[in-house]
Amino acid sequence: MAYLELSHVRKAFPGGTVAVEDFSLSAEQGEFVSFLGPSGCGKTTTLRMIAGFERPTSGTITLDGRDITDISPNQRNVGMVFQSYALFPNMTVADNVAFGLTIRKRPKDQVTKRVDELLQIVNLPDKGKRYPYQLSGGQQQRVALARALAFEPQVLLLDEPLSALDAKIRVALRQEIRSIQRQLGITTVYVTHDQEEALSLSDRVVVMSEGRMEQVGHPFEIYNFPATAFVASFVGTLNVLPGVVVNAGSGELTIAGQRVRLKSSFEGVVGREVKVALRPEMVSLGSAGDAENHLTGKVTDVSFLGSIVRIRVGLAGENGADGPTVILDEFNEPTLKLPTLGDTATVNFPQVGPLVLDAKAPVESLEELIAEG
Amino acid sequence: MTAQAAPLDERGGLPARPVRRRFPVAWLGLAPFAIFSTLFLVLPTIYLIVASLQDRQGAFTLDNYTGLTDPTVVQAYSNSIEISLVTAIGGGIFGFLLAYSVIAGGLPGFLRSALMTFSGVASNFAGVPLALAFVFTLGRQGLVSAILRDVFKIDIYGAGFTIYSKIGLELVYMYFQFPLMVLVIAPAIDGLKKEWREASEVLGASSAQYWRRVALPILLPSLLGTVILLFGNSFGAQATAYQLTSGLISLVTIVISAQMRGDVLFNPGLGYALAMGMVVIMSASIAVYSLLQRRSERWLR
Amino acid sequence: MSQGSGGAGSTIAATMYMKQALGNKPSRRRRRGLGSIVWWIVFLIGVLYFFVPLVATLLFSLKPAAFGDAYVATAHDTELFGSLLYSFVIAIITVIGSTLLIVPTAYWVRLKVPRARPLVEFITLLPFVVPPVILVFGLLNTYSHPPLFLTETNLGNDVLMVCAYIVLSFPYMYRAVDTGLRAIDIRSLTEAGQSLGAGWFRILWSVILPNLRVSILAGAFLTVAIVVGEFTIAIFLGRKTFAPFLSILGDHDPYEQGAVTLVSFGITWLAMGLIGLVGRGSRARIQVAGAH
Repeated sequence: MAYLELSHVRKAFPGGTVAVEDFSLSAEQGEFVSFLGPSGCGKTTTLRMIAGFERPTSGTITLDGRDITDISPNQRNVGMVFQSYALFPNMTVADNVAFGLTIRKRPKDQVTKRVDELLQIVNLPDKGKRYPYQLSGGQQQRVALARALAFEPQVLLLDEPLSALDAKIRVALRQEIRSIQRQLGITTVYVTHDQEEALSLSDRVVVMSEGRMEQVGHPFEIYNFPATAFVASFVGTLNVLPGVVVNAGSGELTIAGQRVRLKSSFEGVVGREVKVALRPEMVSLGSAGDAENHLTGKVTDVSFLGSIVRIRVGLAGENGADGPTVILDEFNEPTLKLPTLGDTATVNFPQVGPLVLDAKAPVESLEELIAEG
Repeated sequence: MTAQAAPLDERGGLPARPVRRRFPVAWLGLAPFAIFSTLFLVLPTIYLIVASLQDRQGAFTLDNYTGLTDPTVVQAYSNSIEISLVTAIGGGIFGFLLAYSVIAGGLPGFLRSALMTFSGVASNFAGVPLALAFVFTLGRQGLVSAILRDVFKIDIYGAGFTIYSKIGLELVYMYFQFPLMVLVIAPAIDGLKKEWREASEVLGASSAQYWRRVALPILLPSLLGTVILLFGNSFGAQATAYQLTSGLISLVTIVISAQMRGDVLFNPGLGYALAMGMVVIMSASIAVYSLLQRRSERWLR
Repeated sequence: MSQGSGGAGSTIAATMYMKQALGNKPSRRRRRGLGSIVWWIVFLIGVLYFFVPLVATLLFSLKPAAFGDAYVATAHDTELFGSLLYSFVIAIITVIGSTLLIVPTAYWVRLKVPRARPLVEFITLLPFVVPPVILVFGLLNTYSHPPLFLTETNLGNDVLMVCAYIVLSFPYMYRAVDTGLRAIDIRSLTEAGQSLGAGWFRILWSVILPNLRVSILAGAFLTVAIVVGEFTIAIFLGRKTFAPFLSILGDHDPYEQGAVTLVSFGITWLAMGLIGLVGRGSRARIQVAGAH
């Protein structure tokens, strides 16, 4: 039996909306699990059910063998960090951190000791006497973390804790959170819509969409072997090219009239329209290797993204019109030969890796996302 | 391509541009407002201040202020203070409960806007119409008096109650004190983030502990400030009391208005001194209220 | 419906109401379920307390022999209409005067002289502090001596009353207009107007004022409600406005007095409701624009 177990949890609101549909998860002790997905996918609702602020319509939640499905939040022994910090403004930092302990009537000297310990852990050793409004956002969030951990909860829940902070602070703080979590070995559930956060921090990621679990797995799995079109497009950037089936058995397709062969399994009669999804880093410039696929087009854009150079190659469309664009990423090195705009270029990508998806699958390419603003 | 370096001053910074004194022409745009305010607000106030320091001949004197210790005056002040305290605290408590009931007490949402609109109306329903409405309710022949007498066999007038008394006045004043409390404390209750309640729950606190340690302390500045505001509000009321009691109960505002009407009870200078005393009390109440408001805003940001 | 009772309090209450109506903080509280019994009881006690006096007044006004006699008498009372009309006219003049004074001032302070802001705000807060009874006391004394003879003539007293009411309206009008100004970027609008060749008056009239319509309306409704119900200042200046009329009505027709009391309450309710309506309308408009 896993440490934290959600079993077929479902949440339907009066009025009909189903926020969470058949959610099941087994988390081991000490594991760091992220719930990743866009707004409205049900990740926060699921977290709140673990915390006890929402009751599941059906299904059970078990913590260390104990069924907590119907227990009120103040009896669950879980720690929660809110997106808006939710520090009590009328209390000092030290009083905030001590709150869980004073409620449990721990002796005063124990409390003081524990508060100091925690302030050390979150790197705010001398801020005990300050008030929340005197601290920066990042500092407040660290106090919130200390407060949640003070009474040694069995599970730590974090609800998009970093979304209200500046980009730089976000990156620094998330590492701190992870290292504290490792140090304390506490089972953690982390909700976020930022895939970079989820991928870099977690032992396992649960990708959610519209109340359903799309995929559960190690970050490497999620990124490289997306199970559904949604996961493929939500995690990382993606090329989505329109293709036409030539021979499903041998894996042959045409993209913009040019023939390619893939070792991905797909079905379809000749002429069926599909989408081919592949990551920019799978694509490279040049025509090396026979085992690779090649597409020819013209260079339409070269942008510098810091460590990466993103090159766009436009394929020829029908009757001279503009065809689809292939985005590829190359490492930005001094030896890199930059193509010129308008140059004819050949791009190649492997036979293993690209996904073939139904033409009607809800996948958004990077271009579409940009066009939508 | 070299840039021309500007000469540095001795502190290593660029020299400051010379500042020329210019007549602040822009302030002239405020002239109409300034003139109007002076004529109709500032001047009368100054007149009051000056007049309160003059005796009948126009010579400077502090006698008017010492005259404030006259027992009739003291009686007026003590009545005013007593009524104001009662209605401030009573109005504060019930007004808070009422506001909380529609905002966070779980009542259906439309009741909140209904209460707010009504409070907007009720807080201005004062003076003559209000006094009359209460006479129709709790006067000798009033509706409630009649019901109590005929249905419940309780003769309140027989027992000595009368609406034309301090208690009656307090009851009437509540009609605009409750709504005032509701309107002013509503934003503060709104400001009680629901995350605070959830955070305290998840940290193990019960409802009572949440209230004692988190919610009430956070609301305290607002509550206190508003109660003080209510005090000032009640202190400055005049028309209602006059209509209800025809000046029978001596209040500071009644005495001042009697002064103006020419009922010569004391010398006019005393009236001015009374007026100044009122201004001081009112300013103090507004000042303390603003201070406490600012404090609570800082927390409820 | 009378300012005559509590200067500071009802002023602040009205201001708070207006702020909420103009969309300061939308209610985001939505508890499921019907709430505990305790709060229902509290609410019902409140409802009882507020409505019983109104019901009592209503019943009283219906007493005379024929049903609704009092109301018929009301409808025929030319004196009543006279005083009501008088009050309304004074109220409208007050609103116009106040708008003409406050809007340019608030605009100027925001745009050109932000340092004057604390001073101006303080002055607009003074009416909170000086109850009407004191204000009229001061006014009477200041303006009944030469050279500022205003209290001798009817017109003079009228002028004095309007000016006093304008002062009384400062807190509402200024707050409403200031809130409205905060919502529009007056700096850019002004600069755009200037670059197109408009002078100050043109800018104020064609650009700023139209955008402040909602705020001015809200402030105006409030001012009208207050002016019509104002008692103290009117009576000490010897003016026969609505509230003094209502007061002495009881001496010869108490039933009509009851009816009119109810009507005055209704008028105030109407004014407040209009503020709420106008406020809601503006929010909707803003949101539509933002959806683009």
